[in-house]
Amino acid sequence: MNTGDTAWVLISAALVLLMTPGLAFFYGGMVRKKNILSVLMQCFIIMCLVGVQWVLCGYSLSFAPGKGFWGGFAWMGLNGVGFEPYAAYAGTIPHQAFMIFQAMFAIITPALIIGAFAERMKFSAFLIFILLWSTFVYDPVCHWVWGIGGWLRALGALDFAGGTVVHVNAGIAALVTALIIGKRKHVEKNVPVPHNMPFVALGTGLLWFGWFGFNAGSALAANGLAVNAFVVTTTAASAAGLSWALIEWMRNGKPTLLGVCSGAVAGLVAITPAAGFVSVVPAIVIGLLVSVFCYTAVSVIKPALGYDDSLDAFGVHCVGGIWGALATGLFASKAVNPAGADGAFFGNPRLFLVQLIAVGITIVYSFIVTIVIYKVVDALVGVRVGEKEESLGLDLSQHHERAYTVLE
Amino acid sequence: MKLIIAIIQPDKLEEVKEELYKAEVNLLTVNEVLGHGRQKGVTEVYRGARESGNLLRKVRLEIAVNDGFVEPTVKAIIKGARTGETGDGKIFVLDLKECVRIRTEERGSPAIG
Repeated sequence: MNTGDTAWVLISAALVLLMTPGLAFFYGGMVRKKNILSVLMQCFIIMCLVGVQWVLCGYSLSFAPGKGFWGGFAWMGLNGVGFEPYAAYAGTIPHQAFMIFQAMFAIITPALIIGAFAERMKFSAFLIFILLWSTFVYDPVCHWVWGIGGWLRALGALDFAGGTVVHVNAGIAALVTALIIGKRKHVEKNVPVPHNMPFVALGTGLLWFGWFGFNAGSALAANGLAVNAFVVTTTAASAAGLSWALIEWMRNGKPTLLGVCSGAVAGLVAITPAAGFVSVVPAIVIGLLVSVFCYTAVSVIKPALGYDDSLDAFGVHCVGGIWGALATGLFASKAVNPAGADGAFFGNPRLFLVQLIAVGITIVYSFIVTIVIYKVVDALVGVRVGEKEESLGLDLSQHHERAYTVLE
Repeated sequence: MKLIIAIIQPDKLEEVKEELYKAEVNLLTVNEVLGHGRQKGVTEVYRGARESGNLLRKVRLEIAVNDGFVEPTVKAIIKGARTGETGDGKIFVLDLKECVRIRTEERGSPAIG
């Protein structure tokens, strides 16, 4: 047991928790002002809902050792998860420290999907959808990639902090929900502009800050690997923010704050799977290119295909996550992390293939199961709010409160 | 000269603007306002305290037009704002005594368009 490691992982867990309110403001600033509370509410209720689900069953399903669909039921209610280290996951910190660090990942992942169906999902449907999605999509995929006995882990797939488990997984669910729930009313004639850009910037700042816990904390120790993850994380975010601004400058004449924020987040997404396996120059390449891919996805492909992914959960998280996972297969190096593997550029093209398989499996699985869950919830309570409720705004229609007063 | 004041649903503003441009009415002022007519406000609840009959957000347009443009303007607003539901809003047409363009000090009809 190591007190320095334990302290770092606990602080990292708190940092990752803060990302969900950060995401709430990132997304909340982008919606119209009649819907900001609904976005904040959805983020906060996930902290409550998955916070309880995780200790009751989520952690066991994800991380209890086992070769099945889930990890199994051995650690339900944290049975046997105590203060001694569990060496197969982290040998120098209490098992519960690892558990609560992972809880924060389970919380933010479903919260990412909110961006796709923002401004039009019924709150009751949202609760059921999130609970089912966490249990039947996040927990199994998490087990396959990170759990003892997980088959993608056994295959040799590398995912340092959640590029596949978190971002590709949630990003595909985002695309599915955006496609099925349909466009927001009037969205073509009346393209909604962000109602509060300072909130978007505030949220981006909190995400960037929290991401140090997400990536550097995933070293599960206060050591050189954590430092590597910390350095490449912020470097990739910076490079991606710069390149998004440059793309806008060239294409639209002016760089925008929303563009820099989107770029920084895309950079953070892309470096997530790679943070513990690549050095700083590849991090810059990963960051510079992720903005090209994500910008193309949200500004060219989305309008061409015509789906309404309100806040680009698919365009940023899925596209950025896929690029990050594949880039790990190219740039990973044992010189950075002896426990990792060499990528295609370091003489091991097999890793790229394995990364491709892990991404492909996640996409197919998340795509299909999200459709099933959506249809079940739709049959139970109906997913989309009525037209009147939508035009009134979800703050008033779903929660009977509003964010801003007009008089006083 | 008339002053047309219209109270419409906020999410109909873009469609009303589009219809107004089609009718070649390009000069308008827009405000966010609160109000309700026959459509009651929504009850809000804060820590159990109920605030009933609160006012709803609406958008208020002000358009000054020459007499020939009154009907096209009114028709354009109706076309853009109407859903057939309670709460679609109202249009008021008022006589306008004078209009001055500040830049040129023109007065009356030429100053409007």
